[in-house]
This record gives sequence, structure tokens and C-alpha cells, in this order.
Amino acid sequence: MAKVLVVTSGKGGVGKTTSAAALGAALAQAGQKVVVVDFDVGLRNLDLVMGAERRVVFDLVNVIQGDAKLAQALIRDKRVDTLSLLPASQTRDKDALTPEGVARVIAELREKFDWVICDSPAGIERGAQLAMRHADQAVVVTNPEVSSVRDSDRIIGLLDSRTELAERGERMEKHLLLTRYETARANRGEMLKTEDVLEILSIPLLGIIPESQEVLRASNIGSPVTLSNPLSAPARAYFDAARRLRGETVPMTVPEEKRGFVQRLFGRRVA
Amino acid sequence: MRLLDFLFARRGTAPLARERLQIILAHERALNGKSGDLVRVLQEEILAVVARHLKVEREMVQIKLDRGAGISTLEIDIQMPAEGAAAH
Repeated sequence: MAKVLVVTSGKGGVGKTTSAAALGAALAQAGQKVVVVDFDVGLRNLDLVMGAERRVVFDLVNVIQGDAKLAQALIRDKRVDTLSLLPASQTRDKDALTPEGVARVIAELREKFDWVICDSPAGIERGAQLAMRHADQAVVVTNPEVSSVRDSDRIIGLLDSRTELAERGERMEKHLLLTRYETARANRGEMLKTEDVLEILSIPLLGIIPESQEVLRASNIGSPVTLSNPLSAPARAYFDAARRLRGETVPMTVPEEKRGFVQRLFGRRVA
Repeated sequence: MRLLDFLFARRGTAPLARERLQIILAHERALNGKSGDLVRVLQEEILAVVARHLKVEREMVQIKLDRGAGISTLEIDIQMPAEGAAAH
């Protein structure tokens, strides 16, 4: 039975696309059949983050409007063969997505994959609501920072009211993914702690992704961080989160960068 | 001086962030969530009760629900009509 997962946040720039790509890749690396769907019509970026930007021929809007078959628009990852990407359109506007069309595509994806991961656009408007509409579960990506937490609270409200599940009177399973976390700063009282954010948002914690230069490095080279550097701290955090999504119980830790002697020696250089 | 700042003056700002969030979110949840409906329902029912005795327009009955961390207030503001406008 396929699961449809929306990765959402309200606020932009908190790591939705990075997390959708990394969680999708981590699940696929564990042998699951995964498709990551970019819902950010007009501002697509998942293709770039996953390193498939030059392979996009058809997109979600083409499929919805009947100009292409789903199989023509899906891009299979070159590194993990159970991972696919359905890109958003870059040239159309967000009104090109229709609720019926999205429902049809999601239903078709459910038959082909174990996981359908919907990468939501920022905001709370139409695009974000279409991305969450058919989800079974939600990952709410939040930075330990006031504006991000406030927007996440708003998105949680929408997940509980504007989704098919909510309209049927069922409960949407929601998970908090705390990203760009800095344990040392949180301990010094400079940054909201995990417990603060959990207490305010009151949804269960899926994982804590530490702030790391590996994340930017991964997007620079067009690879989910779980593929570009599987042993790095953020990658390990994403692997743990993916295992929790599959129902495993994994102790909650904030992975730390392991620095070897040579790295420590050269770690301070600028480039 | 910096060391002194560090030791004495600079308490972390995270507790303040947490407190501000708790207050604003309590307020916003009241507006967006179910308590938002509560305000609407109260507005309708109070208006109905007042209208039985006084000639009031809809905008003359204002209701505000303010949720703070420690204390919440329900403010009901009814503008009285001019003399001699009693309904029945």
C-alpha cells in the first residue's frame, strides 16, 4: 500500500526541497520504490537539487493536461534505480494545476510506487494546498527560529482542515523535521531548543537535522545529501528519519560531524 | 569587556523567542481554529439577545477574544443606540 507524504512548511527556505530529496533518496536506498513530486509550479528546483535538471522533458502540468503520459514525465535517478522524480513545470503558472488532475496523477503514482513524496511550494495558497490535498502523512519542516515555527503552526492548521483526510473526519499523521539545528547554540540559550519547538507545535518529532556545510555542498553538486556523503551528520539524520517513517524505532540523536585528524588540520581554511 | 558581557549581560534570547511564540500562536489559533468559530457564534448570539431589547446594528456589537500566556480576556463592546430607540 503506497503512502503519500507531503513535505511542507509554510515558510520558504527552511529546507523542504532538500529534505524531500534526502528523505526520498534515503527510502529508495533502503530498497523502497519512491517518487518525489515537485509541486512548485513556476519555481521548480527539485530537479536541480537532485541533479536531473538536464533530463527534464515533460512535467507534472503536461501530465495533468494530457500532453504527456506519466511514464514519459518520470525521471529515474541515475544513482538509485528505485528513485524517480516528477518535475514541476517551469514555464506555466500555478493555476495550471487542477484539483482533479492532481488527484488523478497521485492515484496513478500510488499504483507504481511505495512512497509518493510531494514537495510543497512555500506559502499557504493554492499550490501548497494542492500538494497536501491527497497526503496520508505530512512532514513539517521547521527551523528553530520564530518565523518558521509560526508558519509551521499555520500549516499544521491547514493539514487538519484542508486535506481529503481532514474532510473525511480522519486524522492526518504529522511529523516534525527540525532542520538547521545547532546543538551548541541551543544549549547556550541562543536558539530555540528541540523541546521548545515540540512543546509549541505539539506534533511528534521525526528527526533533527544539524546545520552542516554538507547540505550546501550536496545541492551544489546536484545530489541528495544521503547520496553525496552518506556518512555526514545530516545524511545520518535523514537516514534515521527515513527509518522512523517506515515505522522503526530509532533513538533520537543529533548526529555530529566526525572530523578526522587531517580534516581538523585543514578544517579552518576558507575554500 | 567582552568577557564581562558574555558572563553577565548576555542571557540567551531563546527564552524570549519561546515566550513570544507561545503568546502569538495562542492568539492566532484562536482566530484560525475552532475558537475562531466561538467568537463568531458568540457575536451572533449576543447580537440576537441584545436585539430583543434594543435596536442595534450588527457592527454595534463587537467581540474580541485575546489569549495571553497567563490571562485571556473576552471583550464585549455594545454600542448603545441613541435615546428613544428602544425596540419594543
